Order: sequence, then C-alpha cells, then structure tokens
Amino acid sequence: MARAIDYTKPRKFFRRRSKQLNRSVAGNSLLFVIMAVCGAAMALPLIMVINNALKPLDELFQFPPRIFVKNPTLENFSDMFVIMTDSWVPVSRYMLNTLIITGGGIMGHVLLASLAAYPLAKHNFPGKGILFQLVILSMMFSWTVTQIPQYMIISWMKINNTYLALILPACSFGMGLYLMKQFMEQLPDSLMESARLDGASEFQIFIRIMMPNVKPAWLTLAIFQFQQMWGNTGGIFLRDEELKPLQYMLQQISAGGIARAGAAAAVTFIVAAVPIMFFLICQSNILETMTASGIKE
Amino acid sequence: MAEKVKVSKEAIAVAARQKTLRYRIKRSKSSYMMLAPYFILFFFFTVLPVIMSVIYSFTYYNMLEWPQFIGWKNYIKLFLEDDIFLLSLKNTLLLAVITGPVSYILCLLFAWIINEFKGKLRAFLTLIFYAPSICGNAYVVWNLILTGDRYGYLNGILMDLGLLDKAIQWMKTEKYVLPFLIVVQLWLSLGTGFLAFIAGLQTIDKSLYEAAALDGVKNRWQELWHVTLPAMKPQLMFGAVMQITQSFAIADVSIQLAGNPSVNYSGATVVTHLLDYGTVRFEMGYASAIAVVLFFLMVGSNLLVQKLLRRVGD
Repeated sequence: MARAIDYTKPRKFFRRRSKQLNRSVAGNSLLFVIMAVCGAAMALPLIMVINNALKPLDELFQFPPRIFVKNPTLENFSDMFVIMTDSWVPVSRYMLNTLIITGGGIMGHVLLASLAAYPLAKHNFPGKGILFQLVILSMMFSWTVTQIPQYMIISWMKINNTYLALILPACSFGMGLYLMKQFMEQLPDSLMESARLDGASEFQIFIRIMMPNVKPAWLTLAIFQFQQMWGNTGGIFLRDEELKPLQYMLQQISAGGIARAGAAAAVTFIVAAVPIMFFLICQSNILETMTASGIKE
Repeated sequence: MAEKVKVSKEAIAVAARQKTLRYRIKRSKSSYMMLAPYFILFFFFTVLPVIMSVIYSFTYYNMLEWPQFIGWKNYIKLFLEDDIFLLSLKNTLLLAVITGPVSYILCLLFAWIINEFKGKLRAFLTLIFYAPSICGNAYVVWNLILTGDRYGYLNGILMDLGLLDKAIQWMKTEKYVLPFLIVVQLWLSLGTGFLAFIAGLQTIDKSLYEAAALDGVKNRWQELWHVTLPAMKPQLMFGAVMQITQSFAIADVSIQLAGNPSVNYSGATVVTHLLDYGTVRFEMGYASAIAVVLFFLMVGSNLLVQKLLRRVGD
C-alpha cells in the first residue's frame, strides 16, 4: 500500500501524512496541551519585549507591572531615533559598518566554507580525515577559549582596529564548513561525473554544479553567520568610534539608565526582531540543510 | 608471452607509483587549492590560538614584557590558591551538568512533539521555541522580570498574590542567582541542536514506522524508543556537541543578569573568571591557564558523551 513518491516534485518539509499510525486522540490532546503551556512560557519574555517597546513611559513604571500594553505608542522608537541622530558619529555610519562587517563575514564565510567543503565531501586525498576531525573538534569548544590569543594574532597581523579584525576570524567558523560538507555529501556523484567527462575542471564543477545545488545550505550558513555576527559590538578589536557596528550604538542607548528606559525597550525589540525575521524567511531552507547535520561514524 | 610480462611489470610499477603518498598528494593538488583559503584562516584563528594558550599557560605574561617561563605555577595557583576559580569551576560544572542534559532532553522532547504537528502550526511552534536562542541579547528582558524592587514582574506578581510581603532582590541574593541563571539559560538553549532534531525527525523513513507497527509497536512512546531514536542517532550526536559546548560557555547571561563580579561570586563561571584576568587584569599567562582548563573540560566532556552516544542502540 506504499504511496508512490513523485521524485520530480521538490521535496517538501511540511508534508501531510495520509494515515497516522499508533496515534490516539488522548495522546494528541495531551501533547497539544503540553505544547500550548510550554510555548506560552517560552514566548512570554519575547511578548514582554514587544509590549515594552510599545508602552508609553508611565506604563513602563507602573505598579503592579502589567505585561500587556494599554495605550500602544511608537514614542519609544521616535525617542530612539532622536538619541541616534544626536550622536556625533551619524547613525548611517554605524549601519554602514554593520553592513560591511556582517556582509563581509557572511560572503567570505559562505564562499570559503563551500570551497573547502567540496573536496572534503567529494574528493579523496591524504589528510582529509584529519582536517575534518579538526573542524569537528573546533565545534567542541567555544570562541571564548581562544579569544585572548586571537587578539594577539590580530595585533601581530596589524589588522587591529580595522574591519578585517572581525571579518577574517568570522570566515573560518567551524560549523558552517561542517554543515556544508554534510549537505554536499548527499548530492549524487553522477552530477559531477558527467561534467568531468565533458572536461570541466574541479573549480568549474564547484561553481557550475555544486553551488547551484546547495542553495539551501548557503542560505543556512548565511543566516547562522548573521546570528553569530549581529550581536558583536566590536569589543576589543575595534577602538575607533567610526568603525563600530550598529549593535555597539544600540547597547550604548540601552546602557543609558532609567531616563532612557523607553528607547532601551525599543532597542531590545530591534535587536531581537532582526535575526528572528531572517529566520522566519528562510526557515524551510534551514531545516532542509539541518537534515544532513548528523555526525556519522 | 614475454611482451605481455613486460607490459604488466610496467603496469605494476605505475600502480606502485600511484600508491605512494607523494603521488596521491600531487594528484590532489586541486583539492588542496580549494581547501587552502579556509584552512589558512582556520589555522590562524582557531588552531594557533589553542597552541598559544597552552604555551602561554606555562608563562608569566603581561603583554608588556617578554613572557617568562614559570612551569606549572599558574596551574598550581589555580587549583590550590585561587578560591574564586574553584568557586567558578564549581558553578560552571553545576550549570553544565544541569543545563547540558536538561536542555538536550528538552530539545529532543519539543522537536519530537513539534514533529507531530503539521503545516503552518509546526512552522509557528518551531519559531516560538527557537526564537529565544537567536534574539541577541534580548534576554536582558529577564532583568525586568527579576528586578529587585516592587516594579519587577516576579516580585509584583508574588506580592499581588500575597505570597511575598517584601520585594526580594533576586539577583543580589546568593542562593537565587544560580537557579535563575539555569532557568534563563534553559530558555535560551533551544538552538542549533533543536533545529537539527526537528530536521532529523523529518527524514526518518516512514516505512520504518509501518514495519514497527507490524512488529507490535503499540503506541507513540514505544515508537519513539524503538524506531525514532535509533534512526536519528547522527543528529543526536550533533545536538550533543551543540548543547555541551553551549552549557560550558555560560558567561554573558551571568554578567548581564547577576553582574561581574556578582554577589559573593555566586554567578561567577570559568569564562567570567577568564575575562576578568584576560581583559581587565591583563595577566595573560594566568588567563591562558584558565582557557586551557576550560578547553579540556569542553572537549573532554564532548568526546566522552560522543563515546556514550555511539553505544546507544548497539
């Protein structure tokens, strides 16, 4: 009774199962209730973020505190823009910095990681196993461990206090290469074979055949990379005010104390909303990539 | 006959030549060319820093003078004299031992339940559970919930219900700091591993479930144990790496919610201690020793868990 699968159609993730095995109504309702309760608990802080951003000042300092806004207003956002336009480095400059840093980091990472993932996935050469194990190992510790020597290396390279100090380390994150390699491994070898017979070089195969076929993976890498880099304030790597990213300025506004509580609420909303929005747009592509994420023995 | 033998000898010679490492490396030139850009950066920003940390951990180095070799002194000081390090190590282990496994199970549980839903509802639920982990530093909203005066939501609600008659300074009271850090960390922890589980569940071959039903699997719980978990073992291992690494690296949450230094160092973790020595006191040798300890903690527990998970279903 197996359903015939139409391979010509693109794979869908939210596929409907025609018949449910081993499912009871009682079990379904129990799971539904669990999800409703847990979902509400998970969403509550973010609901507070949204509501706070819309609250007028008097509601922000109300006792007893209310979660939901009574008289929504966009005052906080206009406050935030006023503070932004007051700063001596124009806000457009911060935005440009963020654009260059995240844009450079994303493009560099997607390009370099896919370029390295292709031979790791499809070629056989001495040292392949060790290199890939190194990448897996690098996912087993967080960047905090290597932060201090990384700072020294960046000073030696004399790229301290330039955009490159943030872009270059970001290009070599481990997880992107890992996900890309696992995804490429799933593609059938026959794709490359016919191109090879036609005399295409490995680099041409990579550009013309591999890259178009791993579109969901490079979208995923871009989104993950964006999530990593969006929160970066430049920290110790960027000293000049004109080089710092938007995130730095937003945090300066949040740190303004009670007088700026309204603007700070607006900032928190924007900081959270941007990555969530990107995820929302690319959700199905990301999930498609993650199907290949498993560590195989 | 003679000719034939000659040819095959040549063929053997060619085959032997092709087996040598040098030939194989030469033949793979294009592969190495493609690997080079990424791995050069990877070497400079990941491999070299680890090696440097290990070397510096045996020195006294303040960034101004040339590093001085002092042997095991940093490590001896860490484990025998530095009470704050021992406290932060204890906090880190406690946080990791609780948030690591709990968040792992929550990821799996929620992913499994979400997989039972369909279409828009599933996409919506995925978003709700995943969103906290990507919302940047929006977890500062917990500061409003945990504010120490009566304007804090938690205090406000508890006082409204009559359970409290005086506001509690949640994050300034030693015994509440770690439990609240655990709660916030769990809220934040449904990240990449969670997505991998959701995706992994969707790839499981449906015919496995049909076969299991014929073999006498009666309900969804049995199905989970006998079919689903073994089928998604690769994702389980990937998720473990994500959750473990995350649970050892807790620092920003503690700094934002409890402050650095926190009350009696109740929220101190190995990473906050590392930041203290590395970015405030500039004792790079000592900070490196802390980093090395953290490195071995993270990698060690990851390798251990990988070994355990590999055994599942064998």
